[in-house]
Amino acid sequence: MLKYVIRRLLLVIPTLFFVALITFVLAQAAPGSPFDKNETKPLPVATIERLNRFYGLDRPVYEQFVVFLGNAVRLDFGVSLQRDRSVNDIIGQGLPRTAQLGVMALFVALAVAIPLGVVSALKQNSAIDYASVFLSTIGTTIPSFVLAIVFIYFFGVLLKLLPFVGWGDGLDRRMIMPTVILALGPMAFLTRITLASMLEAIRQDYVRTARSKGLGEQVVIVTHVLKNALIPVATVLGPAAAALVTGSFIIETIFSVPGVGREYIRSILARDYPIIMGTTMLYAAVIVIANLTVDLVYGMLDPRIKVA
Amino acid sequence: MPELLEVKDLKTQFFTRDGVVRAVDGVSFELAAGETLGIVGESGCGKSVTALSLMRLIPQPPGKITQGSIMFDGQDVLKMDDDEVRGIRGNNIAMIFQDPMTSLNPVLTISRQITEALELHLKMDRAEARKRTVELLELVNIPSAKKRLDDYPHQFSGGMRQRVMIAMALSCNPKLILADEPTTALDVTIQAQILDLLKNLAREFRTAFILITHDLGVVAGMTQRIHVMYGGKIVEKADTNELFANPKMPYTWGLLRSIPRLDENRKAKLLPIEGLPPDLIAPPPGCRFEPRCQYRRDICREKEPELIGIPNAKADHEARCWGTQAGGWLVDSDWHRDVGDLAALDAIKAEVADLPPDVKRVEAADDDKKKGN
Repeated sequence: MLKYVIRRLLLVIPTLFFVALITFVLAQAAPGSPFDKNETKPLPVATIERLNRFYGLDRPVYEQFVVFLGNAVRLDFGVSLQRDRSVNDIIGQGLPRTAQLGVMALFVALAVAIPLGVVSALKQNSAIDYASVFLSTIGTTIPSFVLAIVFIYFFGVLLKLLPFVGWGDGLDRRMIMPTVILALGPMAFLTRITLASMLEAIRQDYVRTARSKGLGEQVVIVTHVLKNALIPVATVLGPAAAALVTGSFIIETIFSVPGVGREYIRSILARDYPIIMGTTMLYAAVIVIANLTVDLVYGMLDPRIKVA
Repeated sequence: MPELLEVKDLKTQFFTRDGVVRAVDGVSFELAAGETLGIVGESGCGKSVTALSLMRLIPQPPGKITQGSIMFDGQDVLKMDDDEVRGIRGNNIAMIFQDPMTSLNPVLTISRQITEALELHLKMDRAEARKRTVELLELVNIPSAKKRLDDYPHQFSGGMRQRVMIAMALSCNPKLILADEPTTALDVTIQAQILDLLKNLAREFRTAFILITHDLGVVAGMTQRIHVMYGGKIVEKADTNELFANPKMPYTWGLLRSIPRLDENRKAKLLPIEGLPPDLIAPPPGCRFEPRCQYRRDICREKEPELIGIPNAKADHEARCWGTQAGGWLVDSDWHRDVGDLAALDAIKAEVADLPPDVKRVEAADDDKKKGN
């Protein structure tokens, strides 16, 4: 078990290396420069050259990459090219908010999806079953930014029920809309997975065996059906959690949440290479860790899977 | 002796899009305490559905027990409420299923799957139940039972899993065990071991059991009596020796002829039962076996025979056949010699040959569905 974890953690290194390499090359290959954003008052060529030399941008890409790697190993991602702050500082400020948004959205998604999926599997063709089909269709087919705008219009502008700009500390009413919108996609997905795997588990022979022992229906469902049905749900939780954290940049931008996602978008538009690299590496690490966690949890849930 | 189980005119039907499948169509039989009974018939004849009906485990919908009574220990199972039925399941009537690979829950330990019934019915606490589980596993010859308590089903072989199923069935000292094709999914070498185990334990604990199988060879040394089922009905009842020595129903003859025998001339061909199993949505109006019977006469198609006592046989031997019943044309015939009307046999073969091959396949698939598995 420990050996497995260590091996998996070691595998993280090449993964992150290639993510860094590809992102670095692509970011540099994109046209434009960090210093050409003011179109009305462009910087003098001499100034740009001086800036490039100062930040080392005049050197060949591979050399820049090696320098980046050397610093990144020490978790130093450099300084923002536009703002006079270190990347770690900028990310460190946004990360708690992004993490809170992602965790809350995941929680909301699970809290709705699992009960909904279970109940609609047990009561097929009931109102709840149709409600879950409706929800998962909406959540899967309509992109979050469209839903966000619809929600802002109805709940924010028309009904004036909820604020839709900014974030806050602790719990704040401004968090409701971004959290719900962000949760909808994974919620739809998880509901469908739960429903499908419940329907699969419920008609297995061992469920009939459980009933033949005289167990009550509740015990049959909880200990025999649900325990099996949740295994597939757990496997998709890793990608879902990663999608929540990484997918929040759209939501953060729309609702002006000062999180990492907004910095990510802003940095790409501004060609702020150090921030692009820092946020990308953060996202990659989150995804890798989420997947590793799920694999470990999976081994605990399903005794047939041996983690070794 | 008062009967332990008395099934009267049981009808279980499945309401499907294609129509009502009469899976069990008026089955009656009795079983005394400690008695052993074999129910034999081909796939889709209603034997598994009969067993599931006894414990009210028919999935509903689409299935429903539409008629009859199941008196168990003086109480009608069909009139009980759900709690009362659950009080009987696993406690007084236990079931062993066909496929030990899928009948145990893959994510629960072996011990948990046995202790849960012990805790529920015998009100044992965890520790007691675990102790009892070790005893049960030893009883069914699981080596180093104590060490394997917390193993999961996938760590057990098929034969061992079926032993676990037997231990589970025995756990609450039931009065009746229903074994539904308990050895069909196992290797032939393991089959005999499992059957012996089941027989010996049932004898030791004086537990009645019903062994359901499609294989006459399996029930031969196992049960005191045999009921042969065909098309949702019992077509012959006899005690085991009598049934093998003096079968009185052409369908049983067909089953016996299709078993290879060691003492047979090696060149002799096995004679299969020609034709297709009956359509249980629209069964034949007369005898259910008539479309496949090479001994048939006009009356077989017109009127269904009753299951009654027959001449030239033991008193409790009953068959559902116009030919072997009193006054019939088969009363004195010897099934070893008389292979019936060859013209009828050719007609049956021709009828099946005319069907496009996919119809045969579809009907076979339907059969599996009707079995309720």
